[in-house]
Amino acid sequence: MALLAELTHRCPLQCAYCSNPLDLERASAELETEEWLRVLRESADLGCMQVHFSGGEPTARRDLDALVEGANQAGLYTNLITSGVLLDEARIARLVRAGLQHVQLSFQDSQADNANRIAGFAGHAKKLETAAQIRAAGLPLTANFVVHRQNLDRLDLMIDLALKIGAERSEIAHVQYYGWALKNRAAFMPTREQLERATATVEAARARLEGVMVIDYVVPDYYAKRPKACMGGWGRRFLNVTPSGKVLPCHAAESITGLAFENVRDRPLAEIWDSSDAFNRFRGTDWMPEPCRSCARAEIDWGGCRCQAFALIGDAARTDPACALSPDHAVVVEAAAAESSSPAGDFTYRNFAPRALRS
Amino acid sequence: MNTRSFAEPFSRPRLAPHRRLQFDKMRDIWTVQAPERAFVLDETAHAIVSRCNGEAKIETIVDDLCRAYEGAPRDAVAADVLKLVQEFLDKGVMTL
Repeated sequence: MALLAELTHRCPLQCAYCSNPLDLERASAELETEEWLRVLRESADLGCMQVHFSGGEPTARRDLDALVEGANQAGLYTNLITSGVLLDEARIARLVRAGLQHVQLSFQDSQADNANRIAGFAGHAKKLETAAQIRAAGLPLTANFVVHRQNLDRLDLMIDLALKIGAERSEIAHVQYYGWALKNRAAFMPTREQLERATATVEAARARLEGVMVIDYVVPDYYAKRPKACMGGWGRRFLNVTPSGKVLPCHAAESITGLAFENVRDRPLAEIWDSSDAFNRFRGTDWMPEPCRSCARAEIDWGGCRCQAFALIGDAARTDPACALSPDHAVVVEAAAAESSSPAGDFTYRNFAPRALRS
Repeated sequence: MNTRSFAEPFSRPRLAPHRRLQFDKMRDIWTVQAPERAFVLDETAHAIVSRCNGEAKIETIVDDLCRAYEGAPRDAVAADVLKLVQEFLDKGVMTL
Protein backbone atom coordinates (compact mmCIF):
# COMPACT_ATOMS: atom_id res chain seq x y z
CA MET A 1 0.00 0.00 0.00
CA ALA A 2 1.11 3.56 -0.64
CA LEU A 3 0.37 6.99 0.78
CA LEU A 4 0.34 10.08 -1.41
CA ALA A 5 1.11 12.93 0.96
CA GLU A 6 0.12 16.18 -0.71
CA LEU A 7 1.97 18.49 1.62
CA THR A 8 0.87 21.77 0.07
CA HIS A 9 -0.95 23.16 -2.93
CA ARG A 10 1.57 26.01 -3.18
CA CYS A 11 3.71 25.73 -6.32
CA PRO A 12 5.77 28.17 -8.36
CA LEU A 13 4.71 26.36 -11.54
CA GLN A 14 1.28 26.85 -13.07
CA CYS A 15 0.92 23.83 -15.38
CA ALA A 16 -2.53 23.96 -16.89
CA TYR A 17 -2.96 20.17 -16.61
CA CYS A 18 -2.21 20.09 -12.87
CA SER A 19 -3.76 17.13 -11.04
CA ASN A 20 -4.71 19.30 -8.06
CA PRO A 21 -8.37 20.25 -7.60
CA LEU A 22 -9.61 23.54 -9.05
CA ASP A 23 -10.32 24.67 -5.51
CA LEU A 24 -6.77 24.85 -4.11
CA GLU A 25 -6.17 24.71 -0.35
CA ARG A 26 -4.49 27.75 1.20
CA ALA A 27 -1.26 27.66 3.23
CA SER A 28 -3.13 28.65 6.41
CA ALA A 29 -5.18 25.42 6.23
CA GLU A 30 -2.15 23.09 5.90
CA LEU A 31 -1.42 20.39 8.50
CA GLU A 32 1.29 21.18 11.05
CA THR A 33 4.54 19.20 11.16
CA GLU A 34 3.40 17.14 14.17
CA GLU A 35 0.14 16.28 12.43
CA TRP A 36 1.95 15.05 9.34
CA LEU A 37 4.34 12.99 11.46
CA ARG A 38 1.36 11.29 13.08
CA VAL A 39 -0.23 10.63 9.68
CA LEU A 40 3.02 9.05 8.46
CA ARG A 41 3.21 6.74 11.50
CA GLU A 42 -0.46 5.82 11.20
CA SER A 43 -0.08 5.06 7.49
CA ALA A 44 2.82 2.70 8.20
CA ASP A 45 0.73 0.96 10.91
CA LEU A 46 -2.10 0.64 8.40
CA GLY A 47 0.19 -1.23 6.00
CA CYS A 48 1.66 1.46 3.75
CA MET A 49 5.17 0.62 2.56
CA GLN A 50 5.89 3.76 0.55
CA VAL A 51 5.13 7.44 0.85
CA HIS A 52 5.14 9.81 -2.10
CA PHE A 53 5.72 13.38 -0.94
CA SER A 54 3.93 15.52 -3.45
CA GLY A 55 1.91 18.70 -3.77
CA GLY A 56 1.76 21.35 -5.23
CA GLU A 57 5.47 21.66 -4.70
CA PRO A 58 6.41 19.65 -1.58
CA THR A 59 9.77 21.42 -1.20
CA ALA A 60 7.79 24.60 -0.48
CA ARG A 61 7.29 23.07 2.98
CA ARG A 62 10.28 24.05 5.12
CA ASP A 63 9.72 21.00 7.34
CA LEU A 64 10.14 18.51 4.48
CA ASP A 65 13.43 17.18 5.94
CA ALA A 66 11.70 16.42 9.23
CA LEU A 67 8.83 14.69 7.45
CA VAL A 68 11.20 12.54 5.38
CA GLU A 69 13.03 11.60 8.57
CA GLY A 70 9.77 10.75 10.31
CA ALA A 71 8.62 8.62 7.38
CA ASN A 72 11.92 6.80 7.36
CA GLN A 73 11.70 6.10 11.08
CA ALA A 74 8.20 4.72 10.55
CA GLY A 75 9.66 2.26 8.02
CA LEU A 76 8.27 3.92 4.91
CA TYR A 77 10.23 4.02 1.65
CA THR A 78 10.37 7.70 0.70
CA ASN A 79 9.79 9.26 -2.72
CA LEU A 80 9.87 12.95 -3.51
CA ILE A 81 7.81 14.16 -6.47
CA THR A 82 9.05 17.62 -7.33
CA SER A 83 9.52 20.26 -10.00
CA GLY A 84 13.02 20.75 -8.59
CA VAL A 85 13.02 24.53 -8.93
CA LEU A 86 13.30 25.20 -5.18
CA LEU A 87 16.05 22.64 -4.49
CA ASP A 88 19.77 23.25 -4.15
CA GLU A 89 22.79 21.17 -3.20
CA ALA A 90 22.56 21.85 0.54
CA ARG A 91 18.85 21.02 0.68
CA ILE A 92 19.36 17.79 -1.27
CA ALA A 93 22.16 16.78 1.11
CA ARG A 94 19.83 17.36 4.08
CA LEU A 95 17.10 15.27 2.45
CA VAL A 96 19.55 12.42 1.82
CA ARG A 97 20.63 12.56 5.47
CA ALA A 98 16.97 12.46 6.48
CA GLY A 99 16.61 9.20 4.55
CA LEU A 100 15.18 10.20 1.17
CA GLN A 101 15.36 7.26 -1.27
CA HIS A 102 14.28 8.63 -4.64
CA VAL A 103 13.37 11.76 -6.57
CA GLN A 104 10.90 12.08 -9.41
CA LEU A 105 11.68 15.30 -11.25
CA SER A 106 9.19 16.79 -13.71
CA PHE A 107 10.01 18.32 -17.07
CA GLN A 108 7.42 20.07 -19.21
CA ASP A 109 9.25 19.56 -22.54
CA SER A 110 12.74 18.87 -23.92
CA GLN A 111 13.02 22.49 -25.05
CA ALA A 112 13.35 25.30 -22.55
CA ASP A 113 11.12 27.80 -24.34
CA ASN A 114 8.09 25.54 -24.62
CA ALA A 115 8.72 23.93 -21.21
CA ASN A 116 8.71 27.35 -19.56
CA ARG A 117 5.59 28.40 -21.46
CA ILE A 118 3.70 25.24 -20.44
CA ALA A 119 4.78 25.63 -16.80
CA GLY A 120 4.10 29.37 -16.74
CA PHE A 121 7.51 29.61 -15.05
CA ALA A 122 11.07 29.88 -16.38
CA GLY A 123 12.41 26.86 -14.53
CA HIS A 124 13.75 24.48 -17.19
CA ALA A 125 17.43 25.46 -16.83
CA LYS A 126 17.18 25.21 -13.03
CA LYS A 127 15.66 21.73 -13.33
CA LEU A 128 18.69 20.56 -15.31
CA GLU A 129 20.98 21.82 -12.53
CA THR A 130 18.84 20.11 -9.90
CA ALA A 131 18.95 16.82 -11.83
CA ALA A 132 22.76 16.89 -11.78
CA GLN A 133 22.76 17.62 -8.04
CA ILE A 134 20.36 14.75 -7.35
CA ARG A 135 22.58 12.30 -9.27
CA ALA A 136 25.72 13.67 -7.57
CA ALA A 137 24.06 12.95 -4.23
CA GLY A 138 23.67 9.32 -5.31
CA LEU A 139 19.88 9.32 -5.39
CA PRO A 140 17.96 7.37 -8.04
CA LEU A 141 16.25 9.77 -10.43
CA THR A 142 13.05 9.41 -12.42
CA ALA A 143 12.45 11.98 -15.16
CA ASN A 144 8.73 12.66 -15.49
CA PHE A 145 7.23 14.02 -18.68
CA VAL A 146 3.55 14.83 -18.92
CA VAL A 147 2.82 14.66 -22.65
CA HIS A 148 0.06 16.18 -24.78
CA ARG A 149 -0.49 17.70 -28.21
CA GLN A 150 1.76 20.69 -27.44
CA ASN A 151 4.93 18.63 -26.77
CA LEU A 152 4.26 15.09 -27.97
CA ASP A 153 6.12 15.48 -31.26
CA ARG A 154 9.37 15.88 -29.28
CA LEU A 155 8.98 12.64 -27.32
CA ASP A 156 12.23 11.18 -28.68
CA LEU A 157 14.08 14.31 -27.52
CA MET A 158 12.51 14.00 -24.08
CA ILE A 159 13.74 10.41 -23.81
CA ASP A 160 17.22 11.62 -24.86
CA LEU A 161 17.05 14.29 -22.16
CA ALA A 162 16.18 11.69 -19.52
CA LEU A 163 19.23 9.64 -20.55
CA LYS A 164 21.49 12.66 -20.61
CA ILE A 165 20.66 13.68 -17.05
CA GLY A 166 21.30 10.14 -15.79
CA ALA A 167 17.71 9.12 -15.04
CA GLU A 168 17.39 5.40 -14.34
CA ARG A 169 13.75 5.59 -15.12
CA SER A 170 11.49 7.87 -17.08
CA GLU A 171 7.78 8.18 -16.72
CA ILE A 172 5.95 9.33 -19.81
CA ALA A 173 2.40 10.13 -18.84
CA HIS A 174 -0.30 11.38 -21.12
CA VAL A 175 -2.41 14.06 -19.47
CA GLN A 176 -5.23 12.61 -17.41
CA TYR A 177 -8.29 14.82 -17.71
CA TYR A 178 -9.48 15.81 -14.24
CA GLY A 179 -9.61 19.17 -12.49
CA TRP A 180 -7.38 21.69 -14.27
CA ALA A 181 -6.64 19.33 -17.14
CA LEU A 182 -10.34 18.74 -17.81
CA LYS A 183 -10.91 22.49 -17.84
CA ASN A 184 -8.11 22.80 -20.42
CA ARG A 185 -8.75 19.55 -22.27
CA ALA A 186 -9.14 21.07 -25.73
CA ALA A 187 -5.65 22.61 -25.50
CA PHE A 188 -3.96 19.28 -24.72
CA MET A 189 -5.87 16.45 -26.39
CA PRO A 190 -3.52 14.73 -28.87
CA THR A 191 -4.66 13.41 -32.22
CA ARG A 192 -4.85 9.67 -32.75
CA GLU A 193 -1.92 9.93 -35.19
CA GLN A 194 0.20 11.74 -32.59
CA LEU A 195 -0.65 9.07 -30.07
CA GLU A 196 0.24 6.22 -32.42
CA ARG A 197 3.61 7.81 -33.23
CA ALA A 198 4.27 8.35 -29.51
CA THR A 199 3.47 4.75 -28.66
CA ALA A 200 5.81 3.55 -31.44
CA THR A 201 8.54 5.88 -30.13
CA VAL A 202 8.17 4.44 -26.63
CA GLU A 203 8.27 0.86 -27.88
CA ALA A 204 11.41 1.50 -29.94
CA ALA A 205 13.11 3.27 -27.03
CA ARG A 206 12.24 0.45 -24.64
CA ALA A 207 13.86 -2.07 -26.97
CA ARG A 208 16.93 0.13 -27.51
CA LEU A 209 17.35 0.98 -23.82
CA GLU A 210 16.66 -2.37 -22.18
CA GLY A 211 18.75 -2.59 -19.03
CA VAL A 212 19.77 1.07 -19.40
CA MET A 213 16.64 3.02 -18.58
CA VAL A 214 13.19 1.81 -17.57
CA ILE A 215 10.37 3.62 -19.36
CA ASP A 216 6.94 3.66 -17.77
CA TYR A 217 4.20 4.79 -20.10
CA VAL A 218 0.76 6.00 -19.05
CA VAL A 219 -1.58 5.90 -22.06
CA PRO A 220 -4.40 8.39 -22.58
CA ASP A 221 -7.60 6.58 -21.79
CA TYR A 222 -9.67 8.69 -24.18
CA TYR A 223 -8.17 6.50 -26.90
CA ALA A 224 -8.17 3.24 -24.93
CA LYS A 225 -10.44 0.23 -25.28
CA ARG A 226 -10.42 -0.59 -21.58
CA PRO A 227 -10.27 1.86 -18.69
CA LYS A 228 -7.31 2.19 -16.35
CA ALA A 229 -7.69 0.41 -13.03
CA CYS A 230 -7.70 3.71 -11.25
CA MET A 231 -5.54 3.55 -8.10
CA GLY A 232 -5.59 -0.25 -8.50
CA GLY A 233 -9.19 -0.16 -7.28
CA TRP A 234 -10.95 2.33 -4.99
CA GLY A 235 -9.79 1.96 -1.37
CA ARG A 236 -7.67 -1.10 -2.11
CA ARG A 237 -4.05 -0.04 -1.84
CA PHE A 238 -3.82 3.71 -2.09
CA LEU A 239 -4.72 6.70 -0.02
CA ASN A 240 -4.17 10.38 -0.44
CA VAL A 241 -3.98 12.97 2.32
CA THR A 242 -4.54 16.55 1.16
CA PRO A 243 -2.63 19.58 2.53
CA SER A 244 -5.41 20.25 5.05
CA GLY A 245 -5.71 16.60 6.13
CA LYS A 246 -8.64 15.28 4.12
CA VAL A 247 -8.25 11.59 3.31
CA LEU A 248 -9.13 10.65 -0.29
CA PRO A 249 -9.20 7.33 -2.18
CA CYS A 250 -7.58 9.16 -5.13
CA HIS A 251 -6.19 12.63 -5.68
CA ALA A 252 -9.13 13.71 -7.86
CA ALA A 253 -11.88 12.28 -5.65
CA GLU A 254 -13.02 15.66 -4.38
CA SER A 255 -14.34 16.40 -7.86
CA ILE A 256 -17.17 13.96 -7.06
CA THR A 257 -19.73 16.15 -5.35
CA GLY A 258 -21.85 14.31 -2.82
CA LEU A 259 -18.97 12.38 -1.30
CA ALA A 260 -17.87 13.60 2.13
CA PHE A 261 -14.22 13.14 3.04
CA GLU A 262 -13.05 12.75 6.60
CA ASN A 263 -10.04 14.53 8.07
CA VAL A 264 -7.02 13.15 9.95
CA ARG A 265 -7.56 15.97 12.45
CA ASP A 266 -10.84 14.34 13.51
CA ARG A 267 -10.20 10.59 13.36
CA PRO A 268 -7.31 8.09 13.17
CA LEU A 269 -6.30 7.19 9.63
CA ALA A 270 -7.12 3.48 10.08
CA GLU A 271 -10.73 4.28 11.05
CA ILE A 272 -11.15 6.52 8.04
CA TRP A 273 -9.69 3.83 5.78
CA ASP A 274 -11.87 1.06 7.24
CA SER A 275 -15.18 2.69 7.87
CA SER A 276 -15.61 6.05 6.15
CA ASP A 277 -18.43 6.32 3.66
CA ALA A 278 -16.13 7.77 0.98
CA PHE A 279 -13.80 4.74 1.07
CA ASN A 280 -16.58 2.17 1.24
CA ARG A 281 -18.80 3.67 -1.45
CA PHE A 282 -16.90 2.16 -4.41
CA ARG A 283 -14.73 -0.41 -2.65
CA GLY A 284 -14.74 -3.95 -4.08
CA THR A 285 -17.29 -4.99 -6.68
CA ASP A 286 -20.71 -4.80 -4.95
CA TRP A 287 -21.36 -1.23 -6.10
CA MET A 288 -20.80 -2.09 -9.77
CA PRO A 289 -23.45 -1.64 -12.45
CA GLU A 290 -23.49 -3.59 -15.70
CA PRO A 291 -21.48 -4.07 -17.84
CA CYS A 292 -18.85 -4.17 -15.04
CA ARG A 293 -20.72 -6.49 -12.68
CA SER A 294 -20.66 -9.50 -14.98
CA CYS A 295 -17.38 -8.55 -16.71
CA ALA A 296 -14.42 -10.93 -16.58
CA ARG A 297 -12.25 -7.85 -15.95
CA ALA A 298 -14.25 -6.63 -12.92
CA GLU A 299 -11.31 -7.28 -10.58
CA ILE A 300 -8.71 -6.17 -13.14
CA ASP A 301 -10.13 -2.77 -14.12
CA TRP A 302 -12.28 -2.27 -10.97
CA GLY A 303 -14.80 -0.37 -13.08
CA GLY A 304 -12.20 2.18 -14.18
CA CYS A 305 -12.21 5.69 -12.84
CA ARG A 306 -15.04 7.00 -10.64
CA CYS A 307 -13.99 10.62 -11.14
CA GLN A 308 -14.11 10.25 -14.90
CA ALA A 309 -17.60 8.69 -14.80
CA PHE A 310 -18.75 11.61 -12.66
CA ALA A 311 -17.04 14.29 -14.73
CA LEU A 312 -18.26 13.07 -18.11
CA ILE A 313 -21.68 11.57 -17.39
CA GLY A 314 -22.55 13.01 -13.99
CA ASP A 315 -22.78 9.69 -12.13
CA ALA A 316 -19.78 8.30 -10.27
CA ALA A 317 -21.47 4.89 -9.95
CA ARG A 318 -21.53 4.20 -13.69
CA THR A 319 -18.92 2.34 -15.72
CA ASP A 320 -15.99 4.55 -16.71
CA PRO A 321 -16.94 5.88 -20.17
CA ALA A 322 -13.32 5.28 -21.26
CA CYS A 323 -14.29 1.58 -21.49
CA ALA A 324 -15.45 0.61 -24.97
CA LEU A 325 -18.11 -1.59 -23.30
CA SER A 326 -19.65 1.40 -21.50
CA PRO A 327 -23.00 2.58 -22.93
CA ASP A 328 -21.57 6.11 -22.56
CA HIS A 329 -18.35 5.46 -24.48
CA ALA A 330 -19.36 7.77 -27.37
CA VAL A 331 -18.87 10.77 -25.06
CA VAL A 332 -15.15 10.01 -24.84
CA VAL A 333 -14.68 9.11 -28.49
CA GLU A 334 -16.46 12.25 -29.68
CA ALA A 335 -14.57 14.54 -27.30
CA ALA A 336 -11.21 13.14 -28.40
CA ALA A 337 -12.07 13.44 -32.09
CA ALA A 338 -13.56 16.93 -31.88
CA GLU A 339 -10.98 18.50 -29.58
CA SER A 340 -7.87 17.02 -31.13
CA SER A 341 -8.87 18.18 -34.60
CA SER A 342 -9.66 21.80 -33.71
CA PRO A 343 -7.02 24.49 -32.98
CA ALA A 344 -5.33 24.04 -29.59
CA GLY A 345 -6.57 27.43 -28.40
CA ASP A 346 -6.02 29.05 -25.02
CA PHE A 347 -5.44 27.38 -21.72
CA THR A 348 -5.90 28.61 -18.17
CA TYR A 349 -2.82 28.40 -15.98
CA ARG A 350 -3.26 26.57 -12.70
CA ASN A 351 -3.13 29.26 -10.06
CA PHE A 352 -4.78 30.39 -6.84
CA ALA A 353 -6.24 33.19 -8.96
CA PRO A 354 -6.85 31.67 -12.38
CA ARG A 355 -6.35 33.83 -15.44
CA ALA A 356 -6.43 32.97 -19.13
CA LEU A 357 -3.27 33.36 -21.17
CA ARG A 358 -2.79 32.77 -24.84
CA SER A 359 -1.02 29.57 -25.79
CA MET B 1 22.74 1.89 -15.62
CA ASN B 2 24.54 3.62 -18.49
CA THR B 3 25.13 0.29 -20.18
CA ARG B 4 23.26 -2.94 -19.75
CA SER B 5 24.81 -5.41 -17.28
CA PHE B 6 24.66 -9.16 -17.82
CA ALA B 7 24.45 -11.77 -15.10
CA GLU B 8 27.20 -14.43 -15.35
CA PRO B 9 28.08 -17.31 -13.01
CA PHE B 10 30.98 -15.25 -11.62
CA SER B 11 28.96 -12.01 -11.14
CA ARG B 12 28.43 -10.71 -7.61
CA PRO B 13 24.96 -9.12 -7.66
CA ARG B 14 23.47 -6.95 -4.95
CA LEU B 15 20.46 -4.69 -4.59
CA ALA B 16 21.12 -1.32 -6.23
CA PRO B 17 21.53 1.65 -3.87
CA HIS B 18 18.25 2.88 -2.36
CA ARG B 19 16.47 -0.42 -2.95
CA ARG B 20 15.70 -2.58 0.03
CA LEU B 21 14.32 -5.92 1.03
CA GLN B 22 11.31 -5.35 3.27
CA PHE B 23 8.67 -7.60 4.76
CA ASP B 24 5.07 -6.54 4.20
CA LYS B 25 3.44 -7.58 7.45
CA MET B 26 -0.08 -6.83 6.26
CA ARG B 27 0.15 -9.10 3.23
CA ASP B 28 2.64 -11.52 4.82
CA ILE B 29 5.05 -11.33 1.87
CA TRP B 30 8.61 -10.27 1.16
CA THR B 31 9.07 -7.30 -1.16
CA VAL B 32 11.83 -5.22 -2.67
CA GLN B 33 10.99 -1.56 -2.25
CA ALA B 34 12.26 0.52 -5.15
CA PRO B 35 11.47 3.96 -6.58
CA GLU B 36 7.68 4.22 -6.81
CA ARG B 37 7.23 0.48 -7.06
CA ALA B 38 7.47 -2.68 -5.04
CA PHE B 39 8.40 -6.11 -6.30
CA VAL B 40 6.70 -9.02 -4.60
CA LEU B 41 9.05 -11.94 -3.94
CA ASP B 42 7.81 -15.49 -3.74
CA GLU B 43 9.73 -17.96 -1.57
CA THR B 44 12.21 -18.83 -4.34
CA ALA B 45 12.82 -15.20 -5.28
CA HIS B 46 13.33 -14.27 -1.63
CA ALA B 47 15.81 -17.12 -1.19
CA ILE B 48 17.80 -15.77 -4.14
CA VAL B 49 17.58 -12.03 -3.47
CA SER B 50 18.43 -12.40 0.22
CA ARG B 51 21.70 -14.12 -0.78
CA CYS B 52 22.73 -11.38 -3.25
CA ASN B 53 25.00 -9.37 -0.97
CA GLY B 54 27.58 -8.13 -3.50
CA GLU B 55 30.18 -10.59 -2.19
CA ALA B 56 28.78 -13.99 -3.12
CA LYS B 57 29.20 -15.07 -6.74
CA ILE B 58 26.11 -16.37 -8.52
CA GLU B 59 27.70 -19.86 -8.70
CA THR B 60 28.23 -19.79 -4.93
CA ILE B 61 24.65 -18.70 -4.40
CA VAL B 62 23.51 -21.62 -6.59
CA ASP B 63 25.59 -24.08 -4.51
CA ASP B 64 24.13 -22.66 -1.33
CA LEU B 65 20.56 -22.94 -2.65
CA CYS B 66 21.17 -26.56 -3.73
CA ARG B 67 22.25 -27.36 -0.16
CA ALA B 68 19.25 -25.50 1.32
CA TYR B 69 16.74 -27.10 -1.06
CA GLU B 70 17.96 -30.66 -1.16
CA GLY B 71 17.12 -32.52 -4.34
CA ALA B 72 16.78 -29.43 -6.54
CA PRO B 73 18.68 -30.07 -9.81
CA ARG B 74 21.65 -27.69 -10.02
CA ASP B 75 21.06 -26.74 -13.66
CA ALA B 76 17.49 -25.70 -12.94
CA VAL B 77 18.53 -23.70 -9.87
CA ALA B 78 21.32 -21.96 -11.82
CA ALA B 79 18.91 -21.06 -14.62
CA ASP B 80 16.40 -19.63 -12.10
CA VAL B 81 19.04 -17.50 -10.40
CA LEU B 82 20.49 -16.14 -13.65
CA LYS B 83 17.01 -15.34 -14.95
CA LEU B 84 15.90 -13.52 -11.82
CA VAL B 85 19.14 -11.56 -11.44
CA GLN B 86 19.02 -10.51 -15.11
CA GLU B 87 15.44 -9.39 -14.75
CA PHE B 88 16.31 -7.31 -11.68
CA LEU B 89 19.40 -5.87 -13.41
CA ASP B 90 17.23 -4.79 -16.33
CA LYS B 91 14.72 -3.19 -14.00
CA GLY B 92 17.43 -1.30 -12.13
CA VAL B 93 16.68 -3.17 -8.91
CA MET B 94 20.06 -4.91 -8.79
CA THR B 95 23.58 -3.99 -9.74
CA LEU B 96 26.86 -5.89 -10.21
